[in-house]
Amino acid sequence: MSGNAAPTLETARVVSQEALTEDTMSLWLEVSFVPKARPGQFVSFYLDDPSRLLPRPISICDFERRLSLLRFVYRIAGEGTRQLSLLRTGDSVRVMGPLGNGYPMEEMAGKRVLLIGGGLGIPPMLGCLTDAYREPCDRESFRLPPKAVNAALGYRSAPFMLSDFSEKTHVYLATEDGSAGVKGNVLTAIREEMAPSDLIFACGPKRMLAAVASYAAERCIPCYVSLEERMACGVGACLGCVAKTKSEDPHYHVPYRRVCTDGPVFYAPDVDFS
Amino acid sequence: MRPDLSVCIAGVTLKNPVMTASGTFGSGKEYGAFFDISRLGAVVTKGIAPVPWKGNPVPRVAETPSGMLNAIGLQGPGVDTFMAEDLPYLAQYGVPVIANVCGHSEEEYLTVVEKLSDTDVSMLEINVSCPNVREGGIAFGTDPGKVCAITQAVKKITKKPVIIKLSPNVTDIRETAKAAEAGGADCVSLINTLIGMKIDVRTRRFILANRTGGLSGPAIHPVAVRMVYDVSHAVGIPVIGMGGISTAEDALEMILAGATGIAVGTAFFHDPQAAVKVIEGMEVYLAEQKISSVRELVGAVS
Repeated sequence: MSGNAAPTLETARVVSQEALTEDTMSLWLEVSFVPKARPGQFVSFYLDDPSRLLPRPISICDFERRLSLLRFVYRIAGEGTRQLSLLRTGDSVRVMGPLGNGYPMEEMAGKRVLLIGGGLGIPPMLGCLTDAYREPCDRESFRLPPKAVNAALGYRSAPFMLSDFSEKTHVYLATEDGSAGVKGNVLTAIREEMAPSDLIFACGPKRMLAAVASYAAERCIPCYVSLEERMACGVGACLGCVAKTKSEDPHYHVPYRRVCTDGPVFYAPDVDFS
Repeated sequence: MRPDLSVCIAGVTLKNPVMTASGTFGSGKEYGAFFDISRLGAVVTKGIAPVPWKGNPVPRVAETPSGMLNAIGLQGPGVDTFMAEDLPYLAQYGVPVIANVCGHSEEEYLTVVEKLSDTDVSMLEINVSCPNVREGGIAFGTDPGKVCAITQAVKKITKKPVIIKLSPNVTDIRETAKAAEAGGADCVSLINTLIGMKIDVRTRRFILANRTGGLSGPAIHPVAVRMVYDVSHAVGIPVIGMGGISTAEDALEMILAGATGIAVGTAFFHDPQAAVKVIEGMEVYLAEQKISSVRELVGAVS
């Protein structure tokens, strides 16, 4: 998965921002690079505060391509993301994107696709859903039959963004405390409802991804997972955010790939979850 | 008239004093999308070992106030891949390339030096100061006797100018600088990162898998300026200054303290165009101050 489009560094305009839960924010930004962005890619957010040097990498959640907008849903995890949460309509923020490889959308053609998201891994799944049904325009495109793409979403407790998905597709829903959907994790829901799939895209906590990868492997379903790691540069220079893989990196000749540029999306059988 | 930013270090002329700090600039390709690499005074590569090195487990990086910790552990493709893939890519920019050399033993350093001596690299920077590898690196760089010995051994087998990169994690950095000079070094560069640690109080675990890491960024800049000042008064060879340089003002401070060249590193992570902004800011400063050459400023603090 190489040949990512060159990223753009720019000052973006905040279109809107709202809180979805106590610590989960939904942000719409107007950026120039929407045409080259794909689901599963991320954007680096630079803070104005010079004492916080490193960009905050946030996955693209959704697209409004005609208006050149990207949506981000993120958790306030520390002081940096708290500062981002204060951005209001009309404010500007320095960003770089799109970064990383994104999901191989072209593999969806002719398949029944299951999008599996857990917790803050749910947002990028929405972009996959939106783009799967986008009108063919500037790219080689495909048309999927209705209901070809379904979502399986796992939450700790009260769901967020649920209507974003349920308005567009069937959702297999699980919560750990049983407050909505099936009690258990996302695989509990998938197994109980025997969700059909020929292709899986997943994003979520590492333990969930490992379980999804083995579920897919047992059934010979091609599966792609998006990994997360502490990141510094975001462009592949510092080698801070590597993931263990089974195959060797073609340049570095070691079984580590850079999450920021070789990922964040990896073919699940190549990921070393041990 | 446009101010003259050019400097000469160990017989190599750089069109300006601004370089990339080793390990922050990848193989060079990564930042090519954000600015014209040929504008740099020199590119300093990531540490080059005789064979591919895996580096440390993750997490390898953590943000700290005005800085960051890293414990990458010198992951790198090895000298053969560097020569086959990275060097030809950098050569197309016509910018001097300074190869940073690392090894677990003297023999390993020499293997790399020998191979690179037959290439077009302009200078060799010997990394005796990486805090994140068990053997080699800082194990050499904190002992003046070992610094002198490795410098002599390298100088014996190469005609390339040799820079010794010094560690700040010593009692008196002037001692290791003098040892490098006594061993025949053409130049010293400083500072490498300061060893630090960060703990997650909620999990009560170390943030970095390596437990300790190297602190870089604006937080260490005053320490670096002081060490550059001390070293430039202790040795007669040129000094390349680095440590938290993010702006032209930071770079000029380092030059006034005694550095002939300077390097931008961690600042790239906050602004991929930081090095170009440093160059442009220095030009503006020299023009405003009516100083014809940056060379007039080297060590000019009083």
